[in-house]
Amino acid sequence: MSDVTTEQLEEIRDRPGLLSQIATFARKQPLGTGGAVVVILYVLMAIFAPYLTAFDPTANSYDSQFVAPNAQFPMGTDEWGRDILTRVLYGSRTALFVGFTCAIVGSTVGLVLGVGSAYFGGIVDLIFQRIMDVFMAFPLIIMALAIVSITQSLQVSPESSVYFVIIAITLPLIPNCARVVRSSALAIREIPYVDAARANGFSDTRIILRHMVPNVMAPYLIMITAFVGQAILLEASLSFLGLGVQDPVPAWGLMLRNAQEFIRTEPWIAIWPGVAITLGVFGFNLFGDAVRDALDPKLRSQ
Amino acid sequence: MWQYVFKRLLLMIPTVLGAAFVIFFMLRAMPGDVCELKLGGEGAYVDEAQIELCREQQGLNDPLVVQFTNFVGGLAVLDFGTSMWTGRKVAYEMGLRFELSLQVAIMATIVSIVIAIPLGTLSAVYQNSWIDYFVRSIAVAGIAVPSFWLGILILLALLSVSDALTGTRWTPPIDYVPLWKDPAYNLSMLIWPALATGYRYSAVATRMMRSALLEVLREDYVRTARAKGLTETLIVNRHALKNALLPVVTVIGIEFAFLMGGLVVTEQVFNLNGLGRLLVDSVTQVDYTMTQGIVMLIVLIFVFTNFLVDILYAWLDPRIRYS
Repeated sequence: MSDVTTEQLEEIRDRPGLLSQIATFARKQPLGTGGAVVVILYVLMAIFAPYLTAFDPTANSYDSQFVAPNAQFPMGTDEWGRDILTRVLYGSRTALFVGFTCAIVGSTVGLVLGVGSAYFGGIVDLIFQRIMDVFMAFPLIIMALAIVSITQSLQVSPESSVYFVIIAITLPLIPNCARVVRSSALAIREIPYVDAARANGFSDTRIILRHMVPNVMAPYLIMITAFVGQAILLEASLSFLGLGVQDPVPAWGLMLRNAQEFIRTEPWIAIWPGVAITLGVFGFNLFGDAVRDALDPKLRSQ
Repeated sequence: MWQYVFKRLLLMIPTVLGAAFVIFFMLRAMPGDVCELKLGGEGAYVDEAQIELCREQQGLNDPLVVQFTNFVGGLAVLDFGTSMWTGRKVAYEMGLRFELSLQVAIMATIVSIVIAIPLGTLSAVYQNSWIDYFVRSIAVAGIAVPSFWLGILILLALLSVSDALTGTRWTPPIDYVPLWKDPAYNLSMLIWPALATGYRYSAVATRMMRSALLEVLREDYVRTARAKGLTETLIVNRHALKNALLPVVTVIGIEFAFLMGGLVVTEQVFNLNGLGRLLVDSVTQVDYTMTQGIVMLIVLIFVFTNFLVDILYAWLDPRIRYS
């Protein structure tokens, strides 16, 4: 590195610190900050679940079936005598694991495909677009259902069901991200520095990874944050249909599925898992919206 | 314009063909088939020859290319084939349930329009006030609430309200009667799933309404109207709303197609015997023909709605280039 001028030093010194940046974000995006708080709480809940409860989320107990909420079981117990609070807490692990994995893997694959398609252009792009069209013609849940139906018979244990759910949700998310990334990458493709890089003899991989990908980070991050909530909701829906996570793994959608039978007599079973899903997805969506507003200069004025 | 319509129509063909290809081979990729499940599903001993005979009858032993050609050839004349599980025509089985699902979808769309347009307008007119924040929170919450949980909550509410009022616990009927035969009975059954799904779908439309109206309110002609001294109410109702509705119509149109997918979950909650329920059942029964049929029906509705929305959009807004 060459000499640093005094002005540069001053600029670095005057650059707002992390705390003040957060403060600015909070002032400009009160809803987004609320969302961020929920997200952080959920992450903490997932990490510290074992320390927040004395019960085992999967152990059956036949002398405490269908206990209405009381001091010992604040949210009551279910048909197997399992503490609902404990299962709601542990359920956050399943939800967040599925949510983050699907969002990150789905958007990253979408990013690579989208940028690649825009970079190579021509016939590659055309074919790619037609394929994306086909996959976008299925509503998300239908696609996920179809994939789950294939993978269902491969399941070896209830615990492995989580991984198959992840596959079923990630695959249909890919074209959604690829399409958005592609349209931003097309604009970048036209900027002369890409041609300059090619004139320098850089390889396609290098141009894509070093020159194009960093410039589509904004839509990429927007897609990731938007996908987390969607993936959590999809997982809950699949589990609710009985085609997702399998008992005894604690998952909110599955808890609601089991609760359905008992809503006439034991309504408390059906309340809290739904609250957990709604609040979580609400938080992730609010946070995602704020990230979009902050990163997308076109929307910033609104 | 007609050239555009024609071109857009032609573009649907590869998409639908591709979708048929994807769903067909995806189903065949799964281990086990309907014959094994139907004859030996209970773990009972079945003669291998019997399973083989069943496969032969269902055409499962034909080369995949032949099966695929039959499937696509049938689609071209809207013949979905025969269900491998029940042995009845897929179109007949779908016809039995289609009416119910379509009615719920239409009612849910009405619910979402009734919620979205006034709320979105309020939110835009009072931008960045507490009304705006409140409406936006309701909208984001709508996307966050799983419709199946909302359905359960509605059922719980019905149980306790009816208990308090009449002393008996009432739940919506579950056997379908067409709207024109007994409207009260029909509505008492289907209004609840329509509310549960409609609220969720209103959320996207509300947000669209808000941002579209905000954009229009910044246009020059709105400023002119203000300069003329028109009241804000008149500006919004007479001048801005009409132009802002365009993208909202698009969103509602696209959502209508998504609704058919969303019903899969809602029908489960309310125990409705609709298309979504049929799809879940046929997936678990490894009924290839039925699953294919329903998925393709949903894809067709989806692709065709998109087509209609595009055409409508081009027709309503002549500035859109037909390319």
